Amino acid sequence: MGRLRRSMLYVPGNNPGMIRDAHIYGSDAIMFDLEDSVSLNEKDAARLLVYEALRTCDFGRTEVVVRVNGLHTPYGRADFEAMVRAMPDAIRLPKTETPEDVMEADQLITQIEKENGIELGTIKLMAAVESALGVINAYKIAKASSRLIGIAIGAEDFVTDLKTTRSPDGIELLAARSQILFAARAAGIDALDTVFSDVNDEEGFIREVRLIKQLGFDGKSLINPRQINILHHIYAPTEEEIQKSIRVIEAAKEAEKRGTGVISMDGKMVDKPIIERAYRVLELADAVYRESMEEVWQ
Amino acid sequence: MLMLPERIKVLDVGIAGTLESSDITIQIEKNEGKGIELELKSTVANQFGKQIKKVIIETLLELGVENALVLANDKGALDCTIRARVRTAVSRAAHQNCFPWEVK
Amino acid sequence: MFNRVGRNIPEEIFGLGAIPLFDSNGLVKNTQRSKDRLKNSDRNKILDSIETAIRETGLKDGMTISFHHHFRNGDYIINMVLNVISRMGIKDLVLAPSSLSGIHAPLIHHIKRGVIRRIETSGLRGELADAISNGLMDIPIVINSHGGRARAITSGELPIDVAFLGVPSCDPAGNANGYARDNSAVAECGSLGYAKVDAQHAKKVVLITDHLVEYPNTPFAIPESQVDYIVVVDSIGDPKGIMSGATRFTKNPKDLLIAQNVAEVIAASGYFIDGFSLQTGSGGASLAATRFLREKMIERNIKASFALGGITGQIVALHEEGLIKRLLDVQGFDLKADESLKNNRFHQQIDAEYYASPDNPGSAVNQLDITVLSALEVDLDFNVNVITGSDGVIRGASGGHCDSAAGAACSIIVAPLIRGRMPTILDRVHTVVTPGCSVDVLVTDQGIGVNPRRQDLYHNLKKANLPVLSIEALKAKANQIVGIPEPIKVEDKIVGVVKYRDGSVIDVIHQVKKES
Repeated sequence: MGRLRRSMLYVPGNNPGMIRDAHIYGSDAIMFDLEDSVSLNEKDAARLLVYEALRTCDFGRTEVVVRVNGLHTPYGRADFEAMVRAMPDAIRLPKTETPEDVMEADQLITQIEKENGIELGTIKLMAAVESALGVINAYKIAKASSRLIGIAIGAEDFVTDLKTTRSPDGIELLAARSQILFAARAAGIDALDTVFSDVNDEEGFIREVRLIKQLGFDGKSLINPRQINILHHIYAPTEEEIQKSIRVIEAAKEAEKRGTGVISMDGKMVDKPIIERAYRVLELADAVYRESMEEVWQ
Repeated sequence: MLMLPERIKVLDVGIAGTLESSDITIQIEKNEGKGIELELKSTVANQFGKQIKKVIIETLLELGVENALVLANDKGALDCTIRARVRTAVSRAAHQNCFPWEVK
Repeated sequence: MFNRVGRNIPEEIFGLGAIPLFDSNGLVKNTQRSKDRLKNSDRNKILDSIETAIRETGLKDGMTISFHHHFRNGDYIINMVLNVISRMGIKDLVLAPSSLSGIHAPLIHHIKRGVIRRIETSGLRGELADAISNGLMDIPIVINSHGGRARAITSGELPIDVAFLGVPSCDPAGNANGYARDNSAVAECGSLGYAKVDAQHAKKVVLITDHLVEYPNTPFAIPESQVDYIVVVDSIGDPKGIMSGATRFTKNPKDLLIAQNVAEVIAASGYFIDGFSLQTGSGGASLAATRFLREKMIERNIKASFALGGITGQIVALHEEGLIKRLLDVQGFDLKADESLKNNRFHQQIDAEYYASPDNPGSAVNQLDITVLSALEVDLDFNVNVITGSDGVIRGASGGHCDSAAGAACSIIVAPLIRGRMPTILDRVHTVVTPGCSVDVLVTDQGIGVNPRRQDLYHNLKKANLPVLSIEALKAKANQIVGIPEPIKVEDKIVGVVKYRDGSVIDVIHQVKKES
């Protein structure tokens, strides 16, 4: 069924204070950033800081992602060399425009894994689309590597590429969000939304989370721990959804026991996607129930 | 296992880190023939002074630095941060990458 | 014998002894209008200067003088009075303020000159604290909790010769208060809870005010019957240093995380029922906990019977919302609390003895269900240090900590697991202020520890699926991240004696060893 990726807390890579505490706030994932949040003359420092942190610190059950600099920048290659060796759960590629971008990264990771006796395929990839071309190529990007676990939209650079600005209801992002989502679903990977940067606008944040949840996104990047609980709350299934999902799964198990190929519930046919969604709902429900911190801190 | 291309020579002054909480500033300078001299200021000097010095010196030795004057100003950095800042400062001072090429 | 009204009275009566006869000679009515009475200087207690007041009180070498700390870091009184005392050549005094702040650094000077021989206080900060921690005084200072100080004063163990009390409003007879009802006072402090005990028990009481008002200054915290002299000065304190406009909720994500955990703990503790009572500290996480608790109170329709404190604007807001029925106020922390004391009928000013004296079985702390307190260090026995910092230097106060912890049915200590590189949980705290036998729960950002003495709380919190770990496991978690700190090095000399609320000595503070 795959990990939950509802929330990914964004952590600037040159900030040791934030790096060490990132995982305590209960987000599903944390992302250490070597790219836009790190100034050019500190790229080396951030790379080493994140490398050492990944080698030493215990981040519990939180998924650890690192956003590297693109391979066409002077820093990209060194980032890959260091990060593959540091073994985060995934590397996030910024500004992905073509499937070749992904394949290039995949090959480089494979090479470094091989050179260092790491089991091939250990390090996963996430691709962030931040331009019109990237959106157009979204499906090809999403299929470009077996390492890919998710495709994301990065709104700030994207709207600039479109020659417009971000608005409260996000109409300018609608097409892009939809395309990313289609690509993710067709390729069988996660769809991840962009950050909401106004930390003080709680209502605006809630509106946006409701929107992307309705669109079908699996999760969102966050820039402040305060946003985590709000988002998890919105992603929590309702009691009704939970009960319905339990019944769906029971019906499926019944049918399996009886050996019938067709599952029905309330007179309607229940097919595979519905069953998968039912499991997903229970997973989300389970996560919220345990949300106090037990699991995260064990 | 450590594989270093060559012994690291401190050519210039190399500085890394900030004065923010949980960070440490490391300044490395040439110290021809005088070995490693380390001066440490720390908000937790009493409780972790020894440990901090140990990590700094160990990291320098790992990098093959034999002579350096080191000024460190610590604001409660963890060992991993100290190691990273030392490596960065040495890289900058030696004008070359100081990656350890270790696998976890 | 005939008395002055011509009545024949025996000079002696069996069982009653010698009889004093009525004599109307000394009886002269004051026929002045009341408006003019107190204006005459032979009718009011107003003296022309602090120096005159000191002389009138008969203050001599070796006596004990006291002050309150309601003006916090905006206090001008202590420095003002000590300057005059010093100039007058009086020496070897015992200084017994309810607490001291950074603004009192000039005391170093008076200590060196022998004006002050020893100090009894709840806490120290700043340069003065540094100096004393480094061995400035020959006799160690004595640290009392607020309840302990009240007990010592009322029992006579700490007899105060002269109390110098700064008051924001005062009439010529000496009725004084921490605010002026018509908002005309310059520097307000709200409750005068600590000062009230001094006013009641000191041999001589001198009020110092910058705002003289008409008689009678009602409502009054200090009645004129307790007051000997009054001095009017230009300014009793800096309003900005006395009180903030409003205590803000912290935005620090770690504090907020801890605060959320605290609310969960309270809700699951078994004490969270309609009519429960509460005290919270004014610091970051403790105060923010009320915000999260509020949601649960509304959800479950639970109201608090009272809140005790240390009152802040946040607590006042809950009261005004109808979620807390009554407020008991020994000290106001911000102008909102001050305003509420003025305007809310059910917001009551209480004194330190009422608040927390261990000799007062009905004291307010003894009526508490829940208290939320901070900590600098906690050890494996749940002993708490709130007074010496990670370098062994005094930088805090005993305050009402051990009183509140002892009185409350469920005492909750909050602290981040790690501050910078310092783990909060140690094998042994550097200084014990509150003994572990009165501490029930430790809430951090990375787990909750329950005192093994409280199996009831342990089961309740576990049942609610809260992340309860053993205190050893919590400590190990921190040590895993930061390493193990070396103990603070100290000299043999004792610079501070920490008294528990009953007057017994719970710990001593040694002079810090200077790094060579």
